[in-house]
Amino acid sequence: MLGFWLYLMSDCLVFAVLFATYGVLGANYAAGPSPKELFDLPLVALNTSMLLLSSITYGFAVLEMQKKNQNAMLLWLVVTGLFGAAFLSIELYEFAHMIHEGATPQRSAFLSSFFTLVGTHGLHVTFGIIWMITLIVQVWKFGLIEANKRRLLCLSMFWHFLDVVWIGVFTFVYLMGVLR
Amino acid sequence: MFDNPELMKAIFGRLTLEALPLHEPILVATFAAVAIGGVAMVGALTYFKLWGYLWKEWFTSIDHKRIGIMYVVLALVMLLRGFADAIMMRVQQAMAFNGSEGYLPAHHFDQIFTAHGVIMIFFVAMPLVTGLMNYVVPLQIGARDVAFPFLNNFSFWMTAAGAALVMASLFIGEFARTGWLAYPPLSNIAYSPDVGVDYYIWSLQVAGVGTLLSGVNLIATIVKMRAPGMTLMKMPVFTWTALCTNVLIVAAFPVLTGVLALLSLDRYAGTNFFTSDFGGNAMMYVNLIWIWGHPEVYILVLPAFGVFSEVTSTFSGKKLFGYTSMVYATVVITILSYLVWLHHFFTMGSGASVNSFFGITTMIISIPTGAKIFNWLFTMYRGRIRFEVPMMWTIAFMLTFVIGGMTGVLLAVPPADFVLHNSLFLIAHFHNVIIGGVVFGMFAGITYWFPKAFGFKLDPFWGKMSFWFWVIGFWFAFMPLYVLGFMGVTRRLRVFDDPSLQIWFIIAALGAAMIAIGIACFLIQIAVSIKNREKLRDWTGDPWNGRTLEWSTSSPPPVYNFAFTPVIHDNDAWWDMKKRGYQRPADGFKAIHMPSNTSAGIILAGLSALVAFALIWQIWWLAIVGFLGLIGTAIGHTFNYHRSFYIPREKVVETERARTQLLQTARA
Amino acid sequence: MKLFRNFALLPLLALLGGCNAIVLNPAGDVAIQQRDLVIISTVLMLFIVIPVMALIVFFAWRYRQSNTSVPYDPDWDHSTHLELVIWAAPLLIIICLGAITWMATHLLDPFRPLGRTAPGQAVAHEVKPLKVEVVALDWKWLFIYPDYGIATVNQMAAPVDQPIHFRISASSVMNAFYVPALAGMIYAMPGMQTQLNAVINKPGDFKGFSANYSGDGFSKMRFDFLARSEADFAKWVSDIKATGGNLGRTEYLELEKPSEGVAVRKYASVDQQLFQLIVNLCVQPGKMCMHEMAAIDAKGGLGLAGVNLVQSIEYDKSARRGSAPILAKTYVASVCTTDAPMGADMMDVQVTPVSSTPLLGAGLPKPAATFQSFAPRPSNS
Repeated sequence: MLGFWLYLMSDCLVFAVLFATYGVLGANYAAGPSPKELFDLPLVALNTSMLLLSSITYGFAVLEMQKKNQNAMLLWLVVTGLFGAAFLSIELYEFAHMIHEGATPQRSAFLSSFFTLVGTHGLHVTFGIIWMITLIVQVWKFGLIEANKRRLLCLSMFWHFLDVVWIGVFTFVYLMGVLR
Repeated sequence: MFDNPELMKAIFGRLTLEALPLHEPILVATFAAVAIGGVAMVGALTYFKLWGYLWKEWFTSIDHKRIGIMYVVLALVMLLRGFADAIMMRVQQAMAFNGSEGYLPAHHFDQIFTAHGVIMIFFVAMPLVTGLMNYVVPLQIGARDVAFPFLNNFSFWMTAAGAALVMASLFIGEFARTGWLAYPPLSNIAYSPDVGVDYYIWSLQVAGVGTLLSGVNLIATIVKMRAPGMTLMKMPVFTWTALCTNVLIVAAFPVLTGVLALLSLDRYAGTNFFTSDFGGNAMMYVNLIWIWGHPEVYILVLPAFGVFSEVTSTFSGKKLFGYTSMVYATVVITILSYLVWLHHFFTMGSGASVNSFFGITTMIISIPTGAKIFNWLFTMYRGRIRFEVPMMWTIAFMLTFVIGGMTGVLLAVPPADFVLHNSLFLIAHFHNVIIGGVVFGMFAGITYWFPKAFGFKLDPFWGKMSFWFWVIGFWFAFMPLYVLGFMGVTRRLRVFDDPSLQIWFIIAALGAAMIAIGIACFLIQIAVSIKNREKLRDWTGDPWNGRTLEWSTSSPPPVYNFAFTPVIHDNDAWWDMKKRGYQRPADGFKAIHMPSNTSAGIILAGLSALVAFALIWQIWWLAIVGFLGLIGTAIGHTFNYHRSFYIPREKVVETERARTQLLQTARA
Repeated sequence: MKLFRNFALLPLLALLGGCNAIVLNPAGDVAIQQRDLVIISTVLMLFIVIPVMALIVFFAWRYRQSNTSVPYDPDWDHSTHLELVIWAAPLLIIICLGAITWMATHLLDPFRPLGRTAPGQAVAHEVKPLKVEVVALDWKWLFIYPDYGIATVNQMAAPVDQPIHFRISASSVMNAFYVPALAGMIYAMPGMQTQLNAVINKPGDFKGFSANYSGDGFSKMRFDFLARSEADFAKWVSDIKATGGNLGRTEYLELEKPSEGVAVRKYASVDQQLFQLIVNLCVQPGKMCMHEMAAIDAKGGLGLAGVNLVQSIEYDKSARRGSAPILAKTYVASVCTTDAPMGADMMDVQVTPVSSTPLLGAGLPKPAATFQSFAPRPSNS
């Protein structure tokens, strides 16, 4: 567990680098579009709620795990995974829409850092979902053994960590971007 | 199919036959030598039927001791490569005067100095440090292995995979021609369109994963697995420095990963982080890479400080003077190392206040470092100093390092840096601290712990030969560089037009030749010691009259390190046990739970290297296949729940009894 | 102690180097002050370094194992007094050095206009420094004298005892402008401008070069720095004026292409705005200038319409280092014209409302009416 905490701290630093980069380059639109024209706040708010809900449902899964209700736990995990997938789908839709409009990562430093920051978070969520599927299979096959419990808790930390990072992204990139 | 360029491109990406440097005679000769040597080695291994042994006992081993040794072997192999680069540079610079172009074209010379820097830092110094920490730390804290033994094996192979990629660049394609930190815009696609920078990026990314994970691993080990009674302030100093170093690794390497990822996005996807045309900013790269780069220096030197603390105290037969202030000094250095990165580019034109802030924080680091030197000094005071080889390295370090530290503080004065930055003075300075600090420290450490790892000491005669050639060679190689720095000679120059400089370059080249002899002596030392191992044998497990826990077990230690986890009462735990008349327990042994070997680490690292290679050459299908294989193998590995086994009680009893008998015969 | 003998050689080495160690024997007041700082700092540190080195050798010798006549104190590991001393001694030195650093860094800040040209020789208020604009090209140096309207490659001259104000930039990659005899170095970076204030006090021919690796031709990226009396300098200028040759935008784009070991070139006239164009990365016609882009960005960019404001690069300076680039190189097209390349009136531009008509750069069809405010106006120069 300590090891995983340390890993999360190092991951946090990767995000810190990306946030810093966004902080430096976020206003360099290269005479192109700015957050105001690009961000669709209601959509992002919906997206955020998906991820927040998935954190709650993961919490339910852990509670069930502690009550040793394997099936209920698996169910909550599946729900969490679906929320995660919904989050990713909305994010991909948003990206596709922006790229379609010509606001590609290549267009300006602002867009480069935006796509990289948000995309890295999305990539983490993707790996979280792959991990979740693996764990669902493992719990289903081998039951709630000690090793699996530890892994579930690690993934739970990872998942909540991604949630925290997203809150940062939502505030710092989207809300402040539109306010700017 | 060979005449269809589209198809060939789809299959081989950018990789064509022209990528083989057949037109460069130096490389062809090197390749021939490496190939012959490689074939000979493979032949020998096959002939002596060693493949199975190596695979089972070493490559798949999760024993921290074996992994530590493999790290050191990797580092020594890479040292030969990195040093060959150094010799080539020295010869080129000694020759290229009076209109002579020397023997290296710019294309080749520029790769050499880049490769030299990258290899020496990432694939010599880092594995040496990591290897030593891996070997020693669990033994010093009375643990049976590290916290995550499988990750440890994986980390090693990732480092080795990174090294393999750098080596591959020698014969397939080329390495970066940007200098070891690859500043954009030069390293960006517009000015370095070839595969060189891609080799640079991917070898560091692959090795970086290994380094980061081993950092996580060792922190968890030190925090969680200390023997009962070993409070933080009773840890041996080497373990303390290891802890701080690994904290630095975990806090610094993600920044390197991040910034290199941004550079690769710029190169592969055409984003605009570091290109000014679309609002990017190259200065950000310089800042970010030094936010990793400066702590990196301390990542390397802190464990060396730890080695010197152990060695000074052992060979002076005294407790370390000022243990507490030593620990605090280490911690202060750890923290301060994050507040100084800007001193690497005072000349970028930040304001005077910013420059002086970073200059002064840099100077402040010299205070704890100075305190450390004094602590070693007063450890020697009223001691009984035995001038064994590790102690000689330590004295040489102290004398050399103060000079390097002084020139370092000098460079921290911004206006002084304006005239000396990027000059050979700077080169002399950091070689002075890295060779004088890290390399001397690692040689001291290797000589000191070698008997622990193999059960016999290293031959002292060849050790001393190596020592004197290294030390004197070092002074001859780098003092002229200080002088040249004052003559206004800048770094990375290939040809010169002022003939009065030549003499200094010739002296420096002679110094490098002496270091080469020093390295040769070191290799001879190992060979001679293996040959005379019976004469150099140490049965006691404590050849130097040591003070810390690793000397309490046999040499080499059993797989499980300690049959009983010791209880600690003092920071010189073993010294304390010896003083209180410690008796080896003779019975009451239990079966010991140990992790089992696995091939997952080497397979995952191999796949990572393959993916990296595919990305470098833009062989997209291979990258995708390799990546899917990587994920698949990783997931497959998580389905293996049987990762440990018990060493039966009988086996433990047998091992321990054999040792007890051995000790009795030795004493009799 | 063979080792010790090496140390004894040290000062000797320094002495030998002294004969042409330009950093220790410079010809400009700024470099001299920097040299003094090097010496003062070193001496200050030697106060502690020499005793420490002596003690190391002394203790190592005195407490050797075979010397049983000296006390052996195996458990002595702490002394509060001594600890205080070993932390305080370096601290004191660093306090002194820190104070010196703070002052010297501010006084010798390269961006700060010179207060004196030599010890005791204050610069009068009315003295205008000689302006030199420096561009690091691949792999040669371009010097523009805006006051005289001349330019040179790989050679510059300056009158002695007169403040010089350099503005420094680069065309492609990072370099560092360094004349050891004159003053410390400063980076030359593309898209950015650094400054250096210096003065040369002795006439003579000095060397300058790039002190930051910039690619294949880096080793030969050297230039002559000619320090001349006022009269000789005037002659140097008039000689260049007489030789002829003009450096305009087209000539610059030709000059900018990579070349090594270039001979000295002189231009009797030069495009007065060239340096600003170089710094703003818009010498190439039709490319938007950086400061113009920054002004637009400060007002929130050009909106979605701006995405089309990208032109493929026409001439390819990227391909100069071997194979062609993998990605098509693009740039942001200018919304102003060659006649007003500086976008001098950008600040009173109302960027909104935005039209979705594609924006096109100069040399291409005229912008639509919405962008009338960018339309050409008579330029001042």
